[in-house]
Amino acid sequence: MYRYDEFDATIVQERVQQFRGQVARRLAGELTEEQFRPLRLKNGLYLQLHAYMLRVAVPYGVLSSKQMRKLAFIARRYDRGFGHFTTRQNIQYNWPQLSEAADILEHLAEVEMHAIQTSGNCIRNVTADQFAGVAADEIEDPRIWGEIIRQWSTFHPEFSYLPRKFKIAVTGAPDDRAAVRVHDIGIRIVKNDAGEIGFEVLVGGGLGRTPIIGVVCRKFLPKQHLLSYLEAILRVYNLLGRRDNIYKARIKILVQATGGEKFAAMVEEEWEKIKDGPLYLPQAEIERIHSYFAPPAYETLPDNEPAFETAKLEHPDFARWARANTVRHRVPGYIIATVSLKPESGAPGDASADQMDLMADLADAFSLNEVRVTHHQNIVFPNLRKRDLYALWQRLKPVKLATPNLGFISDIIACPGLDYCSLANARSIPVAQRLSRHFSDPRKLEEVGELRLNISGCINACGHHHVGHIGILGVDKQGQEFYQVTLGGSSKDDASLGKIVGAAFSEDDIVPAIDTIVETYLANRTGRDERFLDTYRRIGIDPFKEALYGPVPARRPAAE
Amino acid sequence: MGAQSQAIAAQMVTANRLLDGATVYLTAGNGWSERFVDGALWNDKDSADSALKASDAAVAARIVVGPYLIEVATTGEGPLPTSAKERIRADHKPTFAPEVGSWTGRISD
Repeated sequence: MYRYDEFDATIVQERVQQFRGQVARRLAGELTEEQFRPLRLKNGLYLQLHAYMLRVAVPYGVLSSKQMRKLAFIARRYDRGFGHFTTRQNIQYNWPQLSEAADILEHLAEVEMHAIQTSGNCIRNVTADQFAGVAADEIEDPRIWGEIIRQWSTFHPEFSYLPRKFKIAVTGAPDDRAAVRVHDIGIRIVKNDAGEIGFEVLVGGGLGRTPIIGVVCRKFLPKQHLLSYLEAILRVYNLLGRRDNIYKARIKILVQATGGEKFAAMVEEEWEKIKDGPLYLPQAEIERIHSYFAPPAYETLPDNEPAFETAKLEHPDFARWARANTVRHRVPGYIIATVSLKPESGAPGDASADQMDLMADLADAFSLNEVRVTHHQNIVFPNLRKRDLYALWQRLKPVKLATPNLGFISDIIACPGLDYCSLANARSIPVAQRLSRHFSDPRKLEEVGELRLNISGCINACGHHHVGHIGILGVDKQGQEFYQVTLGGSSKDDASLGKIVGAAFSEDDIVPAIDTIVETYLANRTGRDERFLDTYRRIGIDPFKEALYGPVPARRPAAE
Repeated sequence: MGAQSQAIAAQMVTANRLLDGATVYLTAGNGWSERFVDGALWNDKDSADSALKASDAAVAARIVVGPYLIEVATTGEGPLPTSAKERIRADHKPTFAPEVGSWTGRISD
């Protein structure tokens, strides 16, 4: 993985000392809260319902075991023994003290981590496919481009005060696991007709109160022009994006108002002026960054591992977990496993300090010292020998890290919601917990199959509800929490936005309503190989509406 | 002042403590308490506004940040914030039992 050079190390250390001074000046009364607030936000420190919250960047979702161990240490020493992995592949601590925030940043800097640009109207942490570099279907490793973008965007002086925050995601595989179509800029590594590898650049996607699927800004961009092209997009946005209305300030609004083709033409015009300037990426520089992500020394192994096959036959629970939570590795004899942070009754994305330490130890023992964070709020072991998988599972199981539910209805994306967040209208986590208990039978999960359920506690959509196959949005009705349900969303290559199924459900009625939706799917699907989303797209929303709002008193909506 | 002031639903001043962000309430003695029940209640608009204005001193003294008024209802269980958000704040913790970690302090404490 990437290692900081002297320049990276210096700017992160300097930033820690700057922030330490800013906190001291705040506590001494030399800075007012109005003056201090933008400074703490620039260092990822929010003030939430009960306490401060520190958001730490995990660039493109990659963590070394040493970094994971440091995250555990911080959770234990400076927080309340746990951390929350987010939909942007970051980690959030929910209970830090202001006076210790700089100490936490100092510890993070020791392992080449920070909280820079995890808040504010700047280019945020770049996200990527969690299977980068190991996926069997990958065209090229997106981490290299994530790192190049990170270096360009960190402290970029022109883009420190954008109209609004800006999120970039990169995928290197045709199966989009990074939700690139719902980002301000989505980058797909593609191969053109001539066999050259470059980028398709999407722009203007996003969720929030105005969900929009991104449009293609350029079908094929040669690699050496990535930064100049991104700079051109950002420059057009920075000049023309609205600053008069926070709800209309994201680039998606500008792209919609301008029209995709006209916006792309404006970008091209700007790009022509700068494409061969200082941002042109020489091949040597691409190769230099590439070298940090050189494949580890894999062993030459047979792809068919008898010990793995025997363990599956002898231990049905292990076989079930292996079916649900692993995918093919590009190297024979290896496998990728995802640890679900969605155990029954758990808060999605939360991991204790002990669990983080264990995952760090297991990464050292089995996964070439590395884990990944996914935007689905889970943790990946990217480099496992198939022969070690059973031993790994045995270590995960006693600490509730072996839930066999990847991609199933209980693998829920959920924002912190009203239990933590000052912006939320309703709680998300307790709904996720109740759903996880309702759908806890692993056989039922397998029978239902792939079904993405996402929950947001407010219209800001941090829980990605618009792109869940089933989406749940918490709303406030006269002081009561209600839950609006959408159907048919997807964040993948076939991206779509969910449609509201009808009136919102009360807290008591939401779980039965979701059960009705699942049963309606099971009754209507053509077979087990027709996923929920496919059935929904085939039969439409009406059968679900009828099932939910028919004359069954227990399932009648509680309020309009 | 009170006699002419508009009668309102009971209100209380709340803020977050600067050092740790904890929820606090303005007491009758002009102090700040983590306990909701210690908060002073105001039943007329002028008194509530005055209390909020008085809390500026605590902002200047770097005790609290962002004071504001919340509505309080009298219930069978005594006074409670009317909004779900404020009821959760008053509890100082999420509404669910922790599966990992703890709500009560650092686990190393």
